[in-house]
Amino acid sequence: MPSRTVSHGSSGRLRGLFLVMVLVFLESSVFTLAFASSDQHSPTTAHSDGHKATDHGSHNNTGKAFPVLDLNYENVRVPFEISLWVLLASLMKLGFHLVPHLSNIVPESCLLIVVGLLVGGIIRGTGETVPPVLDSKLFFYILLPPIILDAGYFLPIRPFMENLGTILIFAVVGTLWNAFFVGGLLYGVCQIGTESSSILSRIGLLQCLLFGSIISAVDPVAVLAVFEEIHINELLHILVFGESLLNDAVTVVLYHLFEEFSGIGTVTLVKGFLGVISFFVVALGGVLVGVLYGILAAFTSRFTSHTRVIEPLFVFLYSYMAYLSAEIFHLSGIMALIACGAVMRPYVEANISHKSHTTIKYFLKMWSSVSETLIFIFLGVATVAGPHDWNWTFVTVTVILCLVARVIGVVGLTFIINKFRIVKLTTKDQFIIAYGGLRGAIAFSLGFLLEKDHFPEREIFLTAIITVIFFTVFVQGMTIKPLVELLAVKKKQEAKRSINEEIHTQFLDHLLTGIEDICGHYGHHHWKDKLNRFNKKYVKKCLIAGERSKEPQLIAFYHKMEMKQAIQLVESGGGIKLPSAMPSTVSMQNIQPRPPTKPAAERAIPQLSKTKEEEIRKILRTNLQRTRQRLRSYNRHTLVADPYEDGLSDLFLKKQKMFQIEKKLKEMNTYLTVPAPPPDSPTMCRARLASGKHTDFKPDQVQKGNKMCSDPQAYSIKPALNKVPMIQVDLASPQSPDSVNLLDEFGQANQQEEEEQGLMMKPPSRPREGKKPGEEDEAKDQQKLMRCLSDPGPSADEDEDGAFLP
Amino acid sequence: MGALQSLPGRPEYSDLAEKTGFSFEQIGVLHKRFKQLSHNEETLRRDHFNEIHDLAFNPIRAQIIEAFFDRRNFHQDGEGKVQEIGFEEFVVVMSHFRPPSDHMTEEQREKTRREKLRFLFNMHDTDNDGTITLEEYRHVVEELLSRSGTLEKETAKCIADAAMLEVASISVGHMEPDEFYEGITFEHFLKLLDGFEIESRMTIRFLNMDTTTLCK
Repeated sequence: MPSRTVSHGSSGRLRGLFLVMVLVFLESSVFTLAFASSDQHSPTTAHSDGHKATDHGSHNNTGKAFPVLDLNYENVRVPFEISLWVLLASLMKLGFHLVPHLSNIVPESCLLIVVGLLVGGIIRGTGETVPPVLDSKLFFYILLPPIILDAGYFLPIRPFMENLGTILIFAVVGTLWNAFFVGGLLYGVCQIGTESSSILSRIGLLQCLLFGSIISAVDPVAVLAVFEEIHINELLHILVFGESLLNDAVTVVLYHLFEEFSGIGTVTLVKGFLGVISFFVVALGGVLVGVLYGILAAFTSRFTSHTRVIEPLFVFLYSYMAYLSAEIFHLSGIMALIACGAVMRPYVEANISHKSHTTIKYFLKMWSSVSETLIFIFLGVATVAGPHDWNWTFVTVTVILCLVARVIGVVGLTFIINKFRIVKLTTKDQFIIAYGGLRGAIAFSLGFLLEKDHFPEREIFLTAIITVIFFTVFVQGMTIKPLVELLAVKKKQEAKRSINEEIHTQFLDHLLTGIEDICGHYGHHHWKDKLNRFNKKYVKKCLIAGERSKEPQLIAFYHKMEMKQAIQLVESGGGIKLPSAMPSTVSMQNIQPRPPTKPAAERAIPQLSKTKEEEIRKILRTNLQRTRQRLRSYNRHTLVADPYEDGLSDLFLKKQKMFQIEKKLKEMNTYLTVPAPPPDSPTMCRARLASGKHTDFKPDQVQKGNKMCSDPQAYSIKPALNKVPMIQVDLASPQSPDSVNLLDEFGQANQQEEEEQGLMMKPPSRPREGKKPGEEDEAKDQQKLMRCLSDPGPSADEDEDGAFLP
Repeated sequence: MGALQSLPGRPEYSDLAEKTGFSFEQIGVLHKRFKQLSHNEETLRRDHFNEIHDLAFNPIRAQIIEAFFDRRNFHQDGEGKVQEIGFEEFVVVMSHFRPPSDHMTEEQREKTRREKLRFLFNMHDTDNDGTITLEEYRHVVEELLSRSGTLEKETAKCIADAAMLEVASISVGHMEPDEFYEGITFEHFLKLLDGFEIESRMTIRFLNMDTTTLCK
């Protein structure tokens, strides 16, 4: 959309802005209408009742004519308002991105709060009472879960687990420190700093501590919203984000603890001890509930192969149930949700179709995005709604104490943590962690939940909470991006998970496990390896359907990468240059150990015999069908299979390729044993040597050998078709249009195979390398010949195809 | 780090400590382990390694064991394989997995990186010619997948091919269609794993080794 706007020039932008403005006013006017109509509610119903009564009466009473057009807003009021709010939120999101440069300077969360303030102001300005939109029930049961589920489902497990110790220390110890520091000092200030008659001095220690525990929790929503936009490196992101997720347990425990204590009024040591115990119960219980539901979800997804349409629903339902179940027992719902999403993900993704996967991803992103937007808008509205009790001392002291506590906490903890970490946290890191401790709507909702009778100073608390939230979101949120630039903090690397890195990650895992075993040291890697083996042996068999349970991770990664590249290719138009991070003209032939010198046109080449062509075509078609069979599971069985929707665009791509292959085969020139070229050309030498071995072979048989042999060297068509790895070749050589590249690859592959028949003659300038590959080739040629000779024919190939279609 | 505690009369430890950067305690623990593995003999042989029970599940155990007997890893500019190693070579090989020390200059860090990557490179380059050819890389991938159950040789080859292609693209960039990429040289390997942070990933926490776990 932005590009379209840009291309239309300033008129487009103005149009967009105007549209947004109009809509904002439209919404607000509708709201006033809504509230106005609530006044008419009683008269309307009374009137209609009366009307009905009279109708039942005599027919003489003609009364009012039959209402052709009637206004009955009350029936749809609630859903209508909800939809309006969501619409407003979404339009706002749209609007921000239409305005240029705005999203670069101001983070979205700030803008949304401002919008909320505006809407609240408009509503108040028209004299209506502002609806208490940030109702705690609404927040905790409707708005928060999608965001947390989105975070948990897509949690990067590896960095999370590697830094789990650090994250836990920050989350638990850090939050505790913050809560007690802020609460305690605030109490001290209230007692000492003010006169004994002021309202502040009446705030008890427990109330202060409760307030401290509410305000000290880093908020995942705010952190996500701000950190999404600054793209810092993975380590910092996972540290702050993980902390914001895991401190929920601490917050829940502290909140309930202090709330109860405040109600009762006395604190005993036993109760304090029970509080500590309850922390473990809350945290571990939440995780346990989440794991349980996650396993259930994984198990359910094993059987969904016939009802692909509702697969995403299971994911959402089980996760939501996990959250609610945890909330029943006052366990940490957030941790349950995270655990559920993280546990179920690898198994569910192995079971569900690609379409379901996309659906889940997009629904989660959509819901979490809308939720986040709504939360910030409501925060703005709730600010306008009040009730407020502004107390300068309290508010300023709170803000300062929060900052100070955070900084001291982070620095102190890092000092301890760095003793145990291999990758130490630098000062820059510490600064970002401290600065990224944003507070958000969770704090507000928790404050909102406080009961007025236990907490007469509730309004003071709420005002202070809102001020802190505003401060962190606006000041810290806006300045963190330029600070990150200024401090030159490492940014997120454009994670091109290359296949090499994946191979080496696995290799390193096994290597380190091996070294640990040699040392006799049961360390980190040893247990991880044991867990993996347990997972592979027992768990995967239960939870993953069919053959996929045996698929090793490397292969799964490879297929995923291919799929991604295939989609990328087709989305980019197929014939258009694929933007690649590594522009190069390296293609498969460059790494195959023989030089594909393009032969001159003077070779006279026999055409493929008709039967050969037919065989090849049949093989191609069966390969295609095989793939289609796999892809067919992605159909929605209840619906008619739409050829274009079916199997993404892979099929289309494959058809395209097949067509191209056939076309190419028709015109293909194979240059095997014909001694046409001049004596000293490489081709000739090759041919000469080749003819020594191959002249007795019929061309078609060698052809057959080429195509049918599962040649380790030859980049044969057959395996190429069973995946979409042609694409990865294209990725490496994006200069040429991809479709042509495919052709080239096939053509060159064929040529290559032909060339492989002979010995490679490398220029003598590279003696060392020349010798070895040459020898290799001889050996391989022999191998190939043997294989060609022993090759029984196409049927064997089909079996092989079956073998490596997972 | 640490004083020479319960290891009296071991002057060679100080040499080793200096050479490899281990502390005396760590060398002592490693010596204990060495004696355990070699059944109190002076040298370790391959069959000693084969006795380690846990290693049996490791898909690349052959390569790991070979790495211990590879002269290139002894930092003595040798080449080829040996049949048995002494304690010094054992410690030198182990030193590749030491975590980077706290205060390292950029230069030292780079040196450590090169060392560790060199170790990995040597593991892949089995024929000592300085390049990892396609065949060798294929072998690596096959070994990785060897314990996974299904012997998907074709897929392994394709993965290796794709990986090789990637290396070529990264390292060489533009190649004419008739040029040939012989194999991954050490410099290319460095470039390939540039963002891998190998100096922190390829480490074992020797600090926490205690003798109670040395039960085998």
